Amino acid sequence: MRDEEKKLCQEPIIEARKLTMAYGSLVVQKDLNFKVRTGEVKVIMGGSGCGKSTLLQHLIGMMAPAAGEIFFFGEPIPSEEGRLRNLRKRFGVLYQGGALWSSLTLAENVALPLEEYTDLNKREIAELVDFKLSLVGLSGLGRRYPSELSGGMKKRAGLARAMALDPEVLFFDEPSAGLDPLSSRRLDELILSLRETLQATIVVVTHELDSIFAIADSALFLDSGKKTATAEGDPRKLRDDENAPSSVRKFLRREADS
Amino acid sequence: MSDQGRQFGVEVREEEGEVVWSFSGEWVLRVASNQRRDVYRKRLVHSLREGRKIRLEMKRMKDWDTSFLGFLEALRKTGVNEHGCTFVDESVPDGMRKLMNLAKAVPEVPSEKSEKPDSFLTQVGLGTVGVFQGIRCYHEFIGKLLLDFGRLVLGRASWRTKDFWLALQQAGPQALPIVTLLAFLTGLIIAFIGAIQLQKLAADIFVADLVGLSMTRELAAVMTGVIMAGRTGAAYAAQIGSMRVNEEIDALQSLGISPIQFLVLPKVIALVLMMPLLTAFANVVSIFGGLLVAMGVTDVTVAQYHWQIVGAVSGIDVLVGLFKSMIFGVIIALSGCYRGLRCGKDAASVGRATTSAVVTAITWIVVFDALFAVVFHILGI
Ligand SMILES: Nc1ncnc2c1ncn2[C@@H]1O[C@H](COP(=O)(O)OP(=O)(O)OP(=O)(O)O)[C@@H](O)[C@H]1O
Ligand SMILES: [Mg+2]
Repeated sequence: MRDEEKKLCQEPIIEARKLTMAYGSLVVQKDLNFKVRTGEVKVIMGGSGCGKSTLLQHLIGMMAPAAGEIFFFGEPIPSEEGRLRNLRKRFGVLYQGGALWSSLTLAENVALPLEEYTDLNKREIAELVDFKLSLVGLSGLGRRYPSELSGGMKKRAGLARAMALDPEVLFFDEPSAGLDPLSSRRLDELILSLRETLQATIVVVTHELDSIFAIADSALFLDSGKKTATAEGDPRKLRDDENAPSSVRKFLRREADS
Repeated sequence: MSDQGRQFGVEVREEEGEVVWSFSGEWVLRVASNQRRDVYRKRLVHSLREGRKIRLEMKRMKDWDTSFLGFLEALRKTGVNEHGCTFVDESVPDGMRKLMNLAKAVPEVPSEKSEKPDSFLTQVGLGTVGVFQGIRCYHEFIGKLLLDFGRLVLGRASWRTKDFWLALQQAGPQALPIVTLLAFLTGLIIAFIGAIQLQKLAADIFVADLVGLSMTRELAAVMTGVIMAGRTGAAYAAQIGSMRVNEEIDALQSLGISPIQFLVLPKVIALVLMMPLLTAFANVVSIFGGLLVAMGVTDVTVAQYHWQIVGAVSGIDVLVGLFKSMIFGVIIALSGCYRGLRCGKDAASVGRATTSAVVTAITWIVVFDALFAVVFHILGI
């Protein structure tokens, strides 16, 4: 059992091969090759508009690659609706804007996936929702509507919803944008403990350097000029590695172009 | 991998004055069934007594997920808040303790909303206040609109010609196909019903009077109004409403730009200009539709029909119709924009704004049409 798990950890849970992403004829990124291993925290970084959110859309199967392929658990993303849905059940996604359902309260937002996909009764759902909300620091606010929340609170509520089903893979698009340093620290801790305790694989888009160094096992750097990934690896090593592309080192050291 | 043989459980025992909760098996969503959990919950709640110390033991636990933590946290809260129990979690696995501490890191906000519904009196009171506030808001809106219109006439408004052309395009040419189709069919239907009745009296030729008068004076304007309320009025409400949801309206206001000048005026003016044109077109098309029926069902010729129409329909009738259509244009644009501006900040209220824009517009169109009928009758027009 243990050995089997070890072996699983070597297996990439997600793999992109020669992935090209485009909106119509506008190519956003091309020739991306990378792997996300089971149980790792993968950070996707890069300048604004370089295609990070677009990459997430591809990884969760919402957009089809213009060229190349994406593999999940060793298989290409299914095109058939039913199987795609089954695959997506194993994902939790936090969208850049939170994407809370505005006609539902916070608690109902987090409860919806539980009601859809588990046979828990009302009381248990309520307990679980309370716990998830308290994990993101929103306990007691379950009865508010999204329009009554601040931007950072919406973000955190989106996070709670993404985690509702304890999914195997979590995709977070800029989870710490709009958060104060303290909340953002707590978020890093949360991400790390999710990985540790639930063996979740986590793909995070973020710009926060502190966060990147705190959580990332591996980082993928997308370049908007070259339109492809220019570096991949442990961000601490990339920062100090003289062979790494200078744009990446500058990004990680927060140096301005001179 | 069947879930059948998998177990989960909890044991309660007393040890050196402490209560020990000893969890075992797999406490995960897939395995732990509702009924069993309920039984366990009752057992655990039962062991919560005043000021007791409760030790959590998880040595025999094989697997867990956050559903277990939700279960446990709820019990812990009851225990601490209602019975003053203390919990000892020394033997809790590290990862689980971390998550539990994270959950406790931010204190709970005392819930500010009462679950109790308002009493009947409160509801009536709030409703009444709401109605008066609504009326006030509407007056404010009309007032601002008139002021901004004045500024526009004086050339002191921030007016974007491009937006205006776009609004004209949407309210005019793009609405033409649907207006044409429906006007043509209405003309056809009225002529058909009329022709069958009039034939009995051998008064076939009066089909022309029937179609001509009813369309030019009443139906063309009302029909175009209803179509435009459903088409353009709804679009105005939805567009402005979603701009409110996105805080675009706030952004305009914070720049000192009046959303009424920027968004509402071009739309109102465009619709007021386009409605008479659409109505005039509807007149022509519906009369043509009537002609087809007249020729097909009765023996009326084109020339007869033409002269009959010219004799029956006066310029005044046409003008009355066109005038009404302009007023309807104002009504449609105002209800659309007003509802859009008053929209809440969530998606559902955009839907409500759209619905109520259409309903308001159609209601007022019919009410005003009735008013006009009376007024014109008194004036003898
Ligand atoms: N729906 C769309 N249609 C056409 N182009 C788009 C669309 N959405 C995004 N783009 C373009 O694709 C590129 C990548 O967008 P994306 O949202 O993935 O950026 P990002 O890396 O997430 O940026 P940020 O850090 O600002 O969120 C951008 O240049 C953007 O202009
Ligand atoms: Mg983005």
